[in-house]
Amino acid sequence: MAEITLVEAARRAAQQEMRRDPSIWVLGEDVARGGLFGQYRGFLEEFGEGRIVSTPISESVIMGAGLGAALVGTRPIIEMRIFDFVMCAMDELVNQVAKVRYMFGGQARPAVVIRMPHGIWRNSAAQHSQMLESWFTHIPGLVVVVPSTPADTAGLLVSALRSDDPVLFFDPKNLFPLTGEVPEVIAPIPFGQARRSRMGDDLTIVTWSAIVPQVEEAAATLAARGISADLLDLRTLWPWDEEAVVASVARTGRLLVVHEAVTTGGFGAEVVSRVIERLGPAALKAVARLGQPRVPVPFAPPLEDALKVDAAKVVAAAEALVRA
Amino acid sequence: MTRTGDNRARLIALYTTMCRIRAFEETALAAHKAGEIPGPLHVSIGQEAVAAGICLNLRRDDRITSNHRGHGHALAKGAGVSGMMEELFGRAGGHCRGKGGSMHIADFSVGMLGANGVVAGGIPIAVGAAQGLKMMGSDAIVACFFGDGAINRGPFLEGLNWAALYRLPVLFVCEDNGVAAFTATASVTAGPGVAARAESLGVPCLSVDGNNAAAVDAAASRLVAEIRGGGGPQLLHATTYRITGHTSSDPAAWRDPTDVEAARAAEPIGRLRARLAEEGVSLAELDALLGDAQAEMSAARAAALTAPWPDPAVAWEDVQDSGAVQGAA
Ligand SMILES: Cc1ncc(C[n+]2csc(CCOP(=O)(O)OP(=O)(O)O)c2C)c(N)n1
Repeated sequence: MAEITLVEAARRAAQQEMRRDPSIWVLGEDVARGGLFGQYRGFLEEFGEGRIVSTPISESVIMGAGLGAALVGTRPIIEMRIFDFVMCAMDELVNQVAKVRYMFGGQARPAVVIRMPHGIWRNSAAQHSQMLESWFTHIPGLVVVVPSTPADTAGLLVSALRSDDPVLFFDPKNLFPLTGEVPEVIAPIPFGQARRSRMGDDLTIVTWSAIVPQVEEAAATLAARGISADLLDLRTLWPWDEEAVVASVARTGRLLVVHEAVTTGGFGAEVVSRVIERLGPAALKAVARLGQPRVPVPFAPPLEDALKVDAAKVVAAAEALVRA
Repeated sequence: MTRTGDNRARLIALYTTMCRIRAFEETALAAHKAGEIPGPLHVSIGQEAVAAGICLNLRRDDRITSNHRGHGHALAKGAGVSGMMEELFGRAGGHCRGKGGSMHIADFSVGMLGANGVVAGGIPIAVGAAQGLKMMGSDAIVACFFGDGAINRGPFLEGLNWAALYRLPVLFVCEDNGVAAFTATASVTAGPGVAARAESLGVPCLSVDGNNAAAVDAAASRLVAEIRGGGGPQLLHATTYRITGHTSSDPAAWRDPTDVEAARAAEPIGRLRARLAEEGVSLAELDALLGDAQAEMSAARAAALTAPWPDPAVAWEDVQDSGAVQGAA
């Protein structure tokens, strides 16, 4: 076990899988020079320019060509540079990648991994900070992965690169420097299994991606104040670990969902709905969602801070829920 | 065989394919009118020479991508007729198990990577398939069919630039029937057109009379050889005319009747028939080829009509491996 950063964990996972499987290759802007965040550092030297291909700024074709290359038997990693640019490739993603297997009656296996570093990061403002992961859970055919720790990032990326499904891999870019232990040989972590980050009885907190460290900090504060939270990091949103969440809420009777994304229409709505459908409304003493207000991410630090979820807001929401 | 014999065999192969495409689409239109085929159909009546001329020069392991008007491309590439007809009818034996229909016909077993309901949608896929094939050391190529309407979409620009940049084995085929749905393409296209756009992106363009099957064949033969030899992508600009309307529900009343008359006189099957007659092929033989094609397609229609529907359970299949489908039956 070595203590490494999240971005290094992602780098090692991709490297391990590219050593194992020669059909895996990477395409995207600036990837041959290591990628915007160093997530492909050293790949050009090790794998050569045939397997790490820096491309024009042509998101439609980055996505569509990745699909075409998958249809003839290769396994591309499609690097979107920053999540927000996937909007320039929505036809290719939603109408093509997500649909070919179904539309063609199972003839196609679009085995692509689409990496999209997302979320609020270094005051990058409205077009470089979005968290729209919930959109993609709505689209049949796609897998949605939202890790928050170095070990989970590595293990889930290994799973993604061994899956025949198109996997949307939301790298939590604000957590790239976060360190944690990652095994030398990275084993796959199955999709659809939540990670229990803390055991508790007073309320269930469900969360994922870049906000997880803030929520963990909040849970520690709550514990010091005598409130014990059962904290679940979903890690993947499709498929997602409904069983773990339902079992936890059945025990605590209180559910708080925290995500960095805008609350309205966020995946928290789906989590709450499913829990109520499964347990019935009477099983819930209190429920709440915490996310961004429905406002674009602003630039100035005081404005950004005013809107974004942080540990203090999580503590306040949890305390209100427990009092309710 | 003599050279003339070779040439005649080639022309007959073109003629046979074109008759089969025409017969397939006329049969499908009749079935649609009779209420046997649901959904819209986009037929390519009058454009058959392009599909036939290109695909005659492709190997089975070459790939194609197609557009919304793709029956001809699929048939010419060798897609099975019963699988195609059943797909149009939405039956279980369709190439896509009844999940795609006319706009999403695919037959991967013959390298047909899919029609496409999105204009220009096949271009990035074709480019990527070529990149994947090249990466794997194959000498297979990809032919990418699209209409003149597609040249005003971004993926056309991005895709041609990309193919030229990586010298990919792609034959872009612009089937220029002069209209995009109901709009004259020239009325919405600035500048000197597709050839100049392609050239400016580093993709050489050859223009051909797309209603002259022999000319399309000759052009494709040269381009395919050059592309397979590693020469990089090229574009074939084939001018043609779509005699029928945009979709099966469009009687094309908006067309100028004199244009349509002229187009009928210049349609490619009649032209090839005249050429073959000049070469000494008997009209009886040509009639027999057309008759065979019509009989084949009528039989496919009759079989599709009585073929089983997909079991409703099939609607839940082929979504993805990860996770169970959510939502009650
Ligand atoms: C991106 C997109 N926009 C609009 C449409 C609707 N549409 C379907 S076919 C078509 C015309 C396409 O013109 P062209 O490619 O020249 O082919 P044609 O139908 O004329 O043979 C249009 C606008 C579509 N399918 N995709």
